[in-house]
Amino acid sequence: MENFIIIPFTVGLIYLTLVLIYRFVKWVRGLSKLDKLRLVQSFKIRRMLRSLKEVFYEGLLHRKIFRKNPVLGYMHMSLAFGWFLLIVLGHIEVMAARRSLLVPFYLPVFFRYFETGTTFFASGIFSFLMDFFLLIVLSGVALAMLKRFKKQLFGMKKTTRLKTGDRMALTSLWLIFPLRLLAEGMSAELYGNGSFLTSSVGHIIGSFSSESTNLVLWTAYSCALGFFFAALPNSRYMHIPTEVLLIFVRNAGIRLKKRNNTYTDIQVFSCSRCGLCLDNCQMAAAGINHAQSVYILKNIRNNNLTDEQLFNCLLCGKCEVDCPVGINTIDLRITQRIESTLQYNSSYNYLEDLPARKASTIYFAGCMTHLTPGIIASMKTLFHMAGENVWFMDEEKAPCCGRPLMLAGQHDAASKLIVNNTRKILGSGAKTLVVSCPICYKVFREDYELGNVEVLFHAEYISRLIREQIILPGKTTTRIVYHDPCELGRGMGMFEPPREVLRATGKVIPVKNEKQMAHCCGGSLGNLKISQQERAVLRNQAVKDYQQYLPDVLATACPLCKKTFARHRGIEVMDIAEIVVSSIRKSAEVVPVKASVKEEAFAEELV
Amino acid sequence: MNRFLPDVLIHTTEMMKNKHVAVIGGGIAGMEAASVLARQGLKVTLVEKQKATGGKLNDWHHLFPDFSSPGVVVENLDKKTVRAGVNVVCHTEISHIERNNGRFELSDQRDVKIFADAVIVASGFHVFDATLKEEYGYGLFSNVITSVDFERRMKKHGKLLTLQGTEPRRVAIIHCVGSRDAKVGNIYCSKVCCITGIKQAIEINKMLPECEVFCFYMDLRLYGSKFDSLYLEAQKRHKIQFIRGRLSEAAERPDKSLQLKAEDTLQGRPLRMNVDLVILLVGMEPALSNSSLMRNNQMKPDENGFFRSVNMHEARNVGTQEGIFMAGTAICPMAVNETLENARSAALEVMNFLRTDKNHGGF
Ligand SMILES: Cc1cc2nc3c(=O)[nH]c(=O)nc-3n(C[C@H](O)[C@H](O)[C@H](O)COP(=O)(O)OP(=O)(O)OC[C@H]3O[C@@H](n4cnc5c(N)ncnc54)[C@H](O)[C@@H]3O)c2cc1C
Ligand code: SF4
Ligand code: SF4
Ligand code: SF4
Ligand code: SF4
Repeated sequence: MENFIIIPFTVGLIYLTLVLIYRFVKWVRGLSKLDKLRLVQSFKIRRMLRSLKEVFYEGLLHRKIFRKNPVLGYMHMSLAFGWFLLIVLGHIEVMAARRSLLVPFYLPVFFRYFETGTTFFASGIFSFLMDFFLLIVLSGVALAMLKRFKKQLFGMKKTTRLKTGDRMALTSLWLIFPLRLLAEGMSAELYGNGSFLTSSVGHIIGSFSSESTNLVLWTAYSCALGFFFAALPNSRYMHIPTEVLLIFVRNAGIRLKKRNNTYTDIQVFSCSRCGLCLDNCQMAAAGINHAQSVYILKNIRNNNLTDEQLFNCLLCGKCEVDCPVGINTIDLRITQRIESTLQYNSSYNYLEDLPARKASTIYFAGCMTHLTPGIIASMKTLFHMAGENVWFMDEEKAPCCGRPLMLAGQHDAASKLIVNNTRKILGSGAKTLVVSCPICYKVFREDYELGNVEVLFHAEYISRLIREQIILPGKTTTRIVYHDPCELGRGMGMFEPPREVLRATGKVIPVKNEKQMAHCCGGSLGNLKISQQERAVLRNQAVKDYQQYLPDVLATACPLCKKTFARHRGIEVMDIAEIVVSSIRKSAEVVPVKASVKEEAFAEELV
Repeated sequence: MNRFLPDVLIHTTEMMKNKHVAVIGGGIAGMEAASVLARQGLKVTLVEKQKATGGKLNDWHHLFPDFSSPGVVVENLDKKTVRAGVNVVCHTEISHIERNNGRFELSDQRDVKIFADAVIVASGFHVFDATLKEEYGYGLFSNVITSVDFERRMKKHGKLLTLQGTEPRRVAIIHCVGSRDAKVGNIYCSKVCCITGIKQAIEINKMLPECEVFCFYMDLRLYGSKFDSLYLEAQKRHKIQFIRGRLSEAAERPDKSLQLKAEDTLQGRPLRMNVDLVILLVGMEPALSNSSLMRNNQMKPDENGFFRSVNMHEARNVGTQEGIFMAGTAICPMAVNETLENARSAALEVMNFLRTDKNHGGF
């Protein structure tokens, strides 16, 4: 038997191991002190077991992909888990054959080349199982090939574009298992050490080739393996080892904190480019096909991310929902924006320190609600009914909450607004801060340090009023479709309170694309590049979907969504606060007088 | 035979006298086109959805640039249509135009059917719905009105008061509401609102000399021959103040006055101002029935949703469906004098079409 055949494999494997050690060490060392401490503290049996379980479920079985798409899930599972079993079982087989726990590392790989025909304990069962797992892996390879050419079969609309490094790795990966089949088949023909699959394949090859083919095939197999290992660090397959690290690091509680550190790299290298995020992204409908998360991750890795791409994203979070690796695509993108605008932050030197007013509750409408005076009027009515001592903090003058700047990456500028607002809020001695804009809500909850002040979204506040019977909305048969605003739903996980409020006033119709899978209205402040026409395409798509359910009114809980949808003109749009107030008025039989209604009546007289 | 005659030399033949033309929309465009055609001896039916003809002019108080009476314009046009023998059908809103065996069949939602050899669409424009700019508070704040409301109030009461019944001491006139605004989907200029705003500002000043009037504009589009002199007059004689900047939002104060937030783009700084009344210069949009009028034929909208001309220079009135023509603001925003000229040219195109239309025994 010729020993040189193990050389390509061995060289590739050593190279890969060295690169992995180098990168992992670099990444872990690059974490902040606190994060390193977190990582060390996470080395506890329970946590480790949890991480290992996650590696098993997500890294090997690919459970999340399975849920989204069984065929795609099977493909990933058969490749990863099948290969894993081949390696594990291969080792056990060799150990059984050699009756020793210490076996040369290459032997399980080339076992059927070197081990010509000895029988040992359960050798028949081993070779059967090895054939069986090989078959599973091969079916995965076949599906992968099919997917490249016929992606629709996998329920996917798009598949990612490849670059050279990936193509090399892909080709060698595709070759490994067919070559293994042929090589083991040939050996089975020569030495009778195969099972159902390898023996029959060997039979066929043997019928037209000579013994020397055996060496050729095993050499080719070794080369394919070596080549794949060598290409792996510079290809997307680097995600396989990196994802394992990611799981441990994430489970240690490590997150991105508005600045890049090596956690960015770990996430970037963990992206398998499966492309599931492409399918969820609405921007494709408006012809925007270059700025989705998978491309951002790839371009960060290749150091060629453009601002055009970075800022052309609604930050709607839909891509994050189905990412099987659990990459925080939104945090990651906002962090890149912060990094890219460090030089251009506004100084906000002119911010005034306005005095705080003593009050038990503060209402902060925010810039967006100021553009929808209808919502402000409803909030005022509700506060009045609740008999609260409310300080309308930004009625006349106040800085913005800071979130839009944050979305644009202007972290330092946003922090100045946050400091200014915080001083006022704490100065007022209020216990509760009510906001009616989910954009504000998110930043108040996540980036402000307000001590004991409870931050309530108006939906929560209103539903509390209803539960405590402080306000009594009248229930009607109005058909309501509720649109989950991105920042509130996916962004803050708040799905129920607005629905609860609406259920008190009418009939809430469930729709297919809701909650985690809700549309973005297209009006997002997060996208600094999209045109109004493109926004209109996204809005129209969402409205068309909602219109199928024949709603009397489309309800939202965000001033920006309201404005965006209202411009469609084909559907009545109201904020939950307005719906509640109008239902109270209706039940009290006081019809609100609108100035425009009067003008219309006026017009009728003339014609 | 007479094909080579220059187009202007149109002789109405016996054959032509049997032709029937339907005109959709009894605004000034439709009235003018219908009366010109009828005077030439054709049978013409003018269909109007309201109870009377005249269109938007029925609501206007005074016309720019000469403060003349829109009522007189409508009255004269009414006389012309009657004298020429136009068959006027009111209370009928046409919703479909279908081409059948070379003729057109017009119908409404009920059972009215009108058959015609050629059609003129003079359905006019739709006034932008100012509630879509919710940040300006129209429909919510009682002292925010539109330029259309201003005309109606002036026509009805002859004076301008706040909703509390007091004389306003400060008025802000906001340009480009619903025009040149991609967010609401209208990127074009409505053309007549700048001068309408100036006209209304002068009227306020004449009525209430103590009242300060501010116009918030992006840039002033004063294309007409007398418009610039009116603008100078507004500044010099009437002390109207022009501020370059777009209003960002309005808020109602407890006393029902309004706090405006804008940016003065000439001075480059944010601006806040309190006023008693706000007038929104609402833009002109495609008429609401346009899409249904295009549904059963080859008529097409242009990029702004108005009716598309086959050639915007040489055949402005010719629609993309052979035999259907347009007149007036169904094509694009225009003032009264342009509308009337445009309507006469539409009539001429119809005459040319019927004369050369072989299917119909044209000669
Ligand atoms: C606020 C404001 C002030 C203005 N002031 C002036 C001014 O001072 N001076 C000036 O020169 N211009 C002024 N204009 C412009 C002027 O109003 C227009 O030039 C004029 O109204 C155009 O007339 P029209 O016939 O094309 O359209 P319209 O006046 O809109 O008439 C269209 C008619 O068609 C009818 N119609 C529509 N669809 C159908 C259908 N499907 N079936 C049947 N009937 C239908 C409508 O009911 C309407 O009567 C002003 C415009 C605005 C918005
Ligand atoms: S970001 Fe997630 S969903 Fe998108 S390609 Fe990468 S791994 Fe797949
Ligand atoms: S956040 Fe939304 S818009 Fe941005 S890439 Fe993800 S799905 Fe697309
Ligand atoms: S998010 Fe807003 S809407 Fe909410 S205040 Fe801040 S900017 Fe504004
Ligand atoms: S005419 Fe003046 S106010 Fe009207 S849209 Fe054009 S620029 Fe704006």
